[in-house]
Amino acid sequence: MSIVPAELVAIAPITLLTALSLIVLVIEALMKQSEGVSYAVSVVGLVICLLISLGTIDLTGTAFNQMLTVGGYGSLFSSLFVIAALLTVILSRDYLQKEHINFGEFYLLILFSTLGMMLMAYAADLIIIFLGLELMSICLYVLAGFMRKRLLSNESALKYFLLGAFATGFLLYGIALIYGSSGTTNISYIVQNFSTLSSSSWLWMGLGLLLVGFAFKVGAVPFHMWIPDVYQGSPTTVSGFMSTGAKAAAFAAFVLVFAHPFENAEKLKTVLSLLAAASMILGNIVAIAQSNLKRMLAYSSVAHAGYMLIGLAAANEMGWNGILFYLISYTFMNIGAFGILSLLEREEEKNLTYDDYAGLGSKRPFLAALMSIFMLSLAGIPPFAGFFAKYYIFVAAINANLTWLAIIGVLTSVVSVYYYLRLVVMMYFQEGEMVLVEATSKASSPKFFELRRASMAVLTISAFALIELGIYPSTILTIINNLR
Amino acid sequence: MTGIALHHYLALSAILFTIGVVGVLTRRNAIIVFMCVELMLNSVNLSLVAFSAYLGNPTGQILVFFVMTVAAAEAAVGLAIIIALFRNKQTVNIDEINIMKW
Repeated sequence: MSIVPAELVAIAPITLLTALSLIVLVIEALMKQSEGVSYAVSVVGLVICLLISLGTIDLTGTAFNQMLTVGGYGSLFSSLFVIAALLTVILSRDYLQKEHINFGEFYLLILFSTLGMMLMAYAADLIIIFLGLELMSICLYVLAGFMRKRLLSNESALKYFLLGAFATGFLLYGIALIYGSSGTTNISYIVQNFSTLSSSSWLWMGLGLLLVGFAFKVGAVPFHMWIPDVYQGSPTTVSGFMSTGAKAAAFAAFVLVFAHPFENAEKLKTVLSLLAAASMILGNIVAIAQSNLKRMLAYSSVAHAGYMLIGLAAANEMGWNGILFYLISYTFMNIGAFGILSLLEREEEKNLTYDDYAGLGSKRPFLAALMSIFMLSLAGIPPFAGFFAKYYIFVAAINANLTWLAIIGVLTSVVSVYYYLRLVVMMYFQEGEMVLVEATSKASSPKFFELRRASMAVLTISAFALIELGIYPSTILTIINNLR
Repeated sequence: MTGIALHHYLALSAILFTIGVVGVLTRRNAIIVFMCVELMLNSVNLSLVAFSAYLGNPTGQILVFFVMTVAAAEAAVGLAIIIALFRNKQTVNIDEINIMKW
């Protein structure tokens, strides 16, 4: 039995984030007017946590009796989660004040759910995946209903909660059956002995139920029903966090469990391909019909889950690495898009439709330019990261003899250009009178102006990240390829 | 375990799980739906304990403790969400909670 402190150091990102969450919890419990302090502590803590996650990427091995894997895959994912949390926290400050829900608990819940996501990516055992998933989900249920006086937010929280708990039941039943057939919940043991274990029908039933649970959490068709309602009703920055961090965490666990043992399981590949195809087709086509931008981004996130599932269906190294690259670029573009929505949104869900964005290009040229970058990147148009992410995934599919899936992917991307570019066209080529928030509320308050600068900085950094990842994808890809 | 074998426990657990699933899909009262979700979790606990006893391996029972803890946390959050909704809308019928449609 090794000494615990060494293991605590080995999983430093988790240890640190736990300590940070507890500090913020104490601040919330002891201080009045704690919102600003919690915000500052969270931002500083998350930056440190990001540096430490990146620093532990070269470690290998397991910790805590093979409950957690150390370094590598988990560290890269935890950097991604911390980035998502950091962007969300900074963007949320303005939004929370505007909506009069500026309570410090918001940051606390973001930190705890990030901790859950990290556990999912570091997991070496199904028990940890379950605990991480629940820690993440329970915090997100609360965050979805954070505007507790608003009926829309209540409704989205209730839907998310009931369907999320329902899916957890399936996931857990899957874990129970896998445990029953293999006698262990250790993932690497199951992976190594897969050929002997796979004769058991319980194992397959368990994997099927686990697949349903994960497909629900990533929001793949036909388990996507909750996504549009939840993303529309939740606070806008929380929707951005759910669509990136939570989706990335679900994919992290999905890949952990479903990648390696099944390189030769043809049936499973077929199921994953069908899920991917259905998500891409339905997500992209229904997104065209939306007029509310949050709902449009929700359906687009279903479609993007479909693209990422191609990487799993392809079941080769390139596909798994492609998912990672896709998640990284998707995080920047989607948090950016939701961030701009949250800045321009007004109380009572105003300024959220396509028509409201008419004429933004002449009024706020910089914001409109950033939004165009995010939209073009989501559509997968060349200079931006979204293009390379899709390209990598499609090549993986073709290498795995799934050319039909790549063709569906390309065709649905073409469809998606319509609804992404519609926003860009609205902003630049239509006249409109958008009533901006700054004009009405606390524009004179210098403090408010400063916060807005922080948000603008975050959005600009995201846009630069997309350009840099699109032009020099190899900077991240070399890290990803050297992971295992 | 005289007379009662592993598959009896598993069958009971599967039946309870199915009752839970059907309940979630058919009942309209949010609190009853929530109770059905709890039933699903507890039916899984039953299979975990049965497997654990049958395999002579404590992992399953440890997982059951975690599941119970998580279910308690989930109950706290879930009931709070239902109360927040009830304060605004005076109903817990999920057919009436439908402002958002596609």
